Amino acid sequence: MTDLPTYTARKPANPETSEQLRARIPGWGADLDPKDRPAVPREHAEETGAHWEFPERQPEKWPRERSIEHAFVTPVFGTSCPPKGLSGAIRKFSYRRYSEGRAAHWLLLVAADRVDAWESHLRSFVTARPDNPVTETGLLAEFTRHGIASRRGRRRADVVHQGLDPLIVAGPWVAAAGAAVVAVRALVRRGRR
Amino acid sequence: MRAMVYRGPYKVRVEEKDVPPIEHPNDAIVKVSLAAICGSDLHLYHGLMPDTRVGMTFGHEFVGTVHEVGSSVRNLRPGDRVMVPFNIYCGSCFFCARGLYSNCHNVNPNATAVGGIYGYSHTTGGYDGGQAEYVRVPFADVGPAKIPDWMAEDDAVLLTDALATGYFGAQLGDIVEGDVVVVFGAGPVGLYAAKSAWLMGAGRVIVIDHLEYRLAKAREFAHAETYNFVEYDDIVVHLKKITGHLGADVAIDAVGAEADGNLLQHVTSAKLKLQGGSPIALNWAIDGVRKGGTISVMGAYGPIFSAVKFGDAMNKGLTLRMNQTPVKRQWPRLFEHIRNGYLAPSDIVTHRVPLEHIAEAYHMFSAKLDGCIKPLIVPAAG
Ligand SMILES: NC(=O)c1ccc[n+]([C@@H]2O[C@H](COP(=O)([O-])OP(=O)(O)OC[C@H]3O[C@@H](n4cnc5c(N)ncnc54)[C@H](O)[C@@H]3O)[C@@H](O)[C@H]2O)c1
Ligand SMILES: [Zn+2]
Ligand SMILES: [Zn+2]
Repeated sequence: MTDLPTYTARKPANPETSEQLRARIPGWGADLDPKDRPAVPREHAEETGAHWEFPERQPEKWPRERSIEHAFVTPVFGTSCPPKGLSGAIRKFSYRRYSEGRAAHWLLLVAADRVDAWESHLRSFVTARPDNPVTETGLLAEFTRHGIASRRGRRRADVVHQGLDPLIVAGPWVAAAGAAVVAVRALVRRGRR
Repeated sequence: MRAMVYRGPYKVRVEEKDVPPIEHPNDAIVKVSLAAICGSDLHLYHGLMPDTRVGMTFGHEFVGTVHEVGSSVRNLRPGDRVMVPFNIYCGSCFFCARGLYSNCHNVNPNATAVGGIYGYSHTTGGYDGGQAEYVRVPFADVGPAKIPDWMAEDDAVLLTDALATGYFGAQLGDIVEGDVVVVFGAGPVGLYAAKSAWLMGAGRVIVIDHLEYRLAKAREFAHAETYNFVEYDDIVVHLKKITGHLGADVAIDAVGAEADGNLLQHVTSAKLKLQGGSPIALNWAIDGVRKGGTISVMGAYGPIFSAVKFGDAMNKGLTLRMNQTPVKRQWPRLFEHIRNGYLAPSDIVTHRVPLEHIAEAYHMFSAKLDGCIKPLIVPAAG
């Protein structure tokens, strides 16, 4: 004998009946009938507004990188940030060489993202607007948006690793600065000799 | 024009950019009046999504006014107020012809595994997004819709993704009357999914998160029963206990790639980028749902592999359903629900931030400061 329905053919009862829920929650059951649900059935044709069988092709202003799983560059595509520099070379290689099914494709793209960030930071130092890690990380919000009160005494699961964020952002800068100091000292020492 | 620009992980700034030109006869250029930051933007912001390029403008939730149209555009004219689904889609390919707008084959040369999305890395097509004063909107006759006169602008911007996604997520759960539905994540998507589960006749809606202020919103806005997972040694066991050791009938993952609750999973994915996403919430869903149950995955994951407990899903005979939301398909029914007073989307908006201060908005939303649930972005006045 057991009074746990789960181990019998019964289902555990809900705290409230459908009638109680209908009275308490505005709209309860409005979409009970799957026919009223726009995502049912999954595949379903409707008027889309398209007045072409295949869209006209957008002009390709530079050789657009594409997945080799596609037969051709799609008729419409984004034109933000054409590949450039070392990151661009890595990206183009990854698209040319590996399909989306290969881990190498995505890992190379992620590596290129890191290289891109570095190239861009370096490039920014010779512009009128060098990267500013303080304003760009929005750290000011810690003061204007109650950084301490939002975390203190709240047992949030993310606070444990938020300490890693500054490391991820600043770590490479600190490492670069450290390397620069070591290099300068080595040069100075050699100069003294 | 002024536009948000990505500068590398955790770094964004506002820059002067050219107003985007018409590049295709069915393009429109839209002047943005209101935009938002989505939980999906955090995956880009944290550098998790492959091929996120420095210089890209993010933003896939926006509404505005048509500024210019290409030569083949029939349905829109300059001056029209429009809401734009986050999907870019052609309306005519194999997938669009079957209503799978988020899976369009004609808009993303970079990948076949995902459709086109505004401001969402090159992996979704390399389009600049709407956290800017102007944005290029491809297939203007297909995606955008005129904002109905009766609709508030805040509601319109929420319909372009978050609300449509929560509603879609509940539908993918195939909820039947009396089902116990557990929603992981009390962000905008989770809150809307929980609320929508009732529309489909759920008998009990449970929401799980670790942010107390969001759980409070889930109780008030979505009438849900809530649990804070940090208060339980093992949230899966707790779920079993409160469901008579059966488990929920339906679980909705509204967390995605940056799930917390297991330091190893979180750090290997969100910080070290060795996984496509940390599947903590997804694994809790797999283990917390009953045998033969259904899981609806709205949380976004990257294309790299993730350590998902697939064996449990298989042995339990689960149905796993998921997709990026085909937004426009949800609109007619959602418009009715809003008019009937069943859904009040803007109730979850907590902040309105000028575009110039978007770096602080990203940090606030990412670090979950100041009770932030949904921040809206207001491009420079005028
Ligand atoms: N499928 C789609 O079309 C689509 C559309 C929009 C958003 N999304 C995705 O949906 C997810 C949620 O978006 P959002 O805007 O609500 O984001 P959000 O970041 O505001 O919300 C995520 C919530 O999950 C909570 N959380 C973290 N770990 C958890 C865990 N292990 N269990 C339970 N809760 C946990 C967080 O505290 C947070 O409240 C994101 O992954 C986003 O990319 C998908
Ligand atoms: Zn989104
Ligand atoms: Zn299409």
